[in-house]
Order: sequence, then C-alpha cells, then structure tokens
Amino acid sequence: MTIKEIQDEIVDEFSMLTEKEDKYLSLIEIGNKLESFEEEHRTEQNLIEGCQAKVWLHAWLDDDKIRFMADSDAIIVKGIISLLIRILDKRKPNEILESELFFVDKIGLKELLSPTRSNGLVSMVKQMRMYALAFKTKMEN
Amino acid sequence: MINYPIEAIRRDFPILSRPVNGRPLVYFDNGATTQTPNQVVKAMEKVYLEINSNIHRGVHTLSNLCTEAFENARKKAAKYVGAASEKEVIFTRGTTEAINLVAHSFGETFLGKDDEIIISAMEHHSNIVPWQLLQKRAGIILRIIPVNDDGSLDMEEFHNLLNPKTKLVAVTHLSNVLGTINPVEKIIEAAHNINVPVLIDGAQAIQHLPVDVQKLDCDFYAFSGHKLYGPTGIGILYGKEKWLNEMVPWQGGGEMIQSVSFEKTTFNELPYKFEAGTPDYVAAIGLGAAMDYVGAIGFDTICEHETELFQYAFDRLSSIEGMQFYGTAEKRTSLISFLIKGIHPFDAGTLLDKMGIAVRTGHHCAQPLMDRFNIPGTIRASFGLYNTKQEVDALVDGLIKVKQLFG
Repeated sequence: MTIKEIQDEIVDEFSMLTEKEDKYLSLIEIGNKLESFEEEHRTEQNLIEGCQAKVWLHAWLDDDKIRFMADSDAIIVKGIISLLIRILDKRKPNEILESELFFVDKIGLKELLSPTRSNGLVSMVKQMRMYALAFKTKMEN
Repeated sequence: MINYPIEAIRRDFPILSRPVNGRPLVYFDNGATTQTPNQVVKAMEKVYLEINSNIHRGVHTLSNLCTEAFENARKKAAKYVGAASEKEVIFTRGTTEAINLVAHSFGETFLGKDDEIIISAMEHHSNIVPWQLLQKRAGIILRIIPVNDDGSLDMEEFHNLLNPKTKLVAVTHLSNVLGTINPVEKIIEAAHNINVPVLIDGAQAIQHLPVDVQKLDCDFYAFSGHKLYGPTGIGILYGKEKWLNEMVPWQGGGEMIQSVSFEKTTFNELPYKFEAGTPDYVAAIGLGAAMDYVGAIGFDTICEHETELFQYAFDRLSSIEGMQFYGTAEKRTSLISFLIKGIHPFDAGTLLDKMGIAVRTGHHCAQPLMDRFNIPGTIRASFGLYNTKQEVDALVDGLIKVKQLFG
C-alpha cells in the first residue's frame, strides 16, 4: 500500500468514532500497543524535546528502505507515533519526501500536530523527513 | 459561604457558559489568564466607539476625554495597590515587561560588575531571564534562594545570601507552580536593614492577596492586567518615586521626552519617562474597569470565597489515590499542582480537555523549579473568583476517569 492508501485506511478506521473522547481513547489503546523501544537507542542524540512530552526517534537504513523506531513518555503521543510508523516505516526515502501527511487532520485530531502544542510530534515528523533526505543523499553518493 | 453572588458573577463572564468539546467548560487555568467580565469588555468598547483618540498630545475634545480616562485608570491602579502617588504607577505590557524595565533601568543606573542580585529557585522565567541578560550586559552575579521540600523558601539561606554586595532582591509574592505565599514582608524588612531594595513579582498575587505597596514597603511591584480579569497587553510597574526618579529611561520615543534636539534630549517627568510611544490606553482603561469590578464584589469577599474553594479542592483531590502534590507549605492559596502516579501530565491534561476541563500541564515557565523537584512538569488547577465547588467535583470525577483509562 502507498503512504496515501495507508492514511486513507487509518482515516476510515477512525471514521466510526464520532466523539473526540473516543478518538483519544482509541489513540491511547494504539499507544499502549506501540512496539517496545530498544533501550540502547534511548540516547540524548535521539531525543526530540517537546515542551511537554519527550519523543525518542531512531532511524536506520535496511537495504533501500528506511526503518523507524520511536517512543514517548506520554501515551497519547505514543498513539500518534504508532500511526506514523505504520505509515512511514519500510519506505524508500523518496516516498517519504514526496508524501503528504493528512491523516491527523482528517481524523479530526489536528490540534495534536499544531505547532503550538509543542508535544514533540511536529519536530518528530520534521525529523523523519530529515532522515529520509539524509539517507537519500547517502544512497546517491 | 453565605451571600457570595456566584450566579450573578458567572453571568458577567459569558465565556464560562460556552461548551468545550461538547461539555460545560470548567476553567481552571486562571493562573495563566483570567476571563474578562462584560463590564471590562464594555469599557473598552466604549473607548473605541465613543472617545478613541491618541492621548496626551491633542488639544481636541476626544483626545482630552481619552487622556482623562487613561489617567483615571492610573489613579485607580494607584489606589488599588496603595501607591503614595500616581507618579509611581507605570503602565507596561505586563509583568514581564515591568521586570525587564527594572532590569534595564535600575541595572544601568545602579548596577555594575560583581554586584549581586538575589532571586529564588521558584521564580517564573520572567523573573530569571531579565537578570541573566543583565548578567551578560553588566557582569552582575545572581544568587538563588533555595526552595524547601514543602515548596517554601529556605529563609535561613536567604539571610545567608544577603551581604554588602547585594544590590537588589527580586522574588515572587505567590508561586505560579506551588501556590506558596512567600513571606515578602520579612524579606523586605531584612533587605532594607542593609539598604537593599526589593522587587516583588505580583503576577499571581494581585488577584488573590490584598496588596498594599506602602504597607509592604516594597520598592517595586509588578503585575499583569490579564490575570486580574482585565485585558491582555497591559500591566503595571509600581516603583517608589525615589528610585524611579533616579533611574534612566529604557526605551526612547514619544511622550517620554520633555524636549528633543540633536544636541540634547531631556526627559519627561514620572511616570511618563518610562512610557515611550503610545501606550495601550484602551487596555489600561479596561484594567481600570477590572479593578472597579473586583472592588464592587469586594476583595475580602473574593478572598473568602477563594480560600474556601481552595481548601475544598485540596481536600477532594487528596482523596484520589496516587496523587502527589507539589507545594504543601502552610501558607498557600489559589492553585494546586500535582501529578498522578504513573500518568504523564500531557496525557492527563489532553483527556481532561476532552471533558471540557481546562487545566495547565507542563513546566509552567519555571524549569529550574521542575529540576529542583526532578519532575518534567505538573498538572495545575488554578482558581478564580467565578469558580465553584461543582467545578472542583467535575475535576475530581475527570481525574478518576483519567486514572481508570491510564491505570
């Protein structure tokens, strides 16, 4: 599935939850199931400091695809992280660079990604794109 | 409490009856900003619709009317804090600008290399960073009063820090994180004993504690309008005339001058010397109206209501298992900071918001204090004159739900 198709799928999954509270409850559920983070990668370098919640992001290249592993100290943030990984993990750099992330907005949780929320998520998305750019450059050389 | 006109008061604040996320709003973020009553909005509307004109410089009727309203607001502010004269009341953009003004003007006039300024470990960034900037400009040294485990100031250490090199003490009246009421009278007395002036950050105190600057004998007192049910963008620096007269101005421009030539510029008298450019006179008039509003209910009555509410909230919140409170000093009021065991404040705050409950989470612009307690942040419920016990109950129910969901 393409990045767009997975996002459509997620939007579809959330569409039956009309109440905002239910959407957050679903995020909490997803966040609780986030694959565990390997402690050796919980480094200062991988830390994205938000004003309120911390995010750790580790990325590596597996053949021609980028792999991501991430964690947060806040569960709701972990929920979004989980969705971001479902969308962007195991992608080629160009796919990530050319993608448009619309799912957060479409499922009605745009406040989570607004620049003023400073929960580390905006920086995380930016960082994921930076990794894509860096790996792309690396692969071309 | 008998006779507290809570329903009438709540009607004055239309925002309180709006729903948030489909629930009735419970507004417990008064430490960040208080809501604005109709009376204040109307007073400002009246300026724009009936008398708007730039103040001081005009000879025409509207300018005179507007100037009169603006200066009348200054008189109200002077009376509100018990200043000896209106000359001691300077309009600023808020507490932050008031403290920056002192850091600049007092700093440039009186401070030099190795002079010491004492602040405390519980200060808001607004009462830390201006002094750090001064540290860079003038080479002053910052000394920090430590905070005890219960959130009170270590007064013994404060007395140890006071020394002949101390040139200023700048502390908060009421902690925005812990709710601690600091013994500012004792701090001022001790500092004055060795002729050291004291600045009080009154951002959190002005709406919850009776403030009389002459009785306190403080040298500077700073606060914001928007935390006193007034508009944003306006605040007050009270300063004793003897200091303000000697201090050099920090911003130049219109109104603060007496005469300007390219050879020599002379400055206007107090308070205008420190009010360069067109001030936010509409907001100043709004602040005057807010002071009238508080005065009409009666400050003592408000305090009584808030004290009762605070006690009720603390008792009820204490009944929830796993609560860790930050700030348990004997003398405190207006806000409660806490964490629930195992739950990140961001998660708790986000879910409470979905239930219509507005609390603040995070470091509350007091990172050194978070470091002191070794926590990333807290959840803070801060109260205002319009809050009710029913709202406290809603918060408690909300927190119990949060616990169930994350527990």
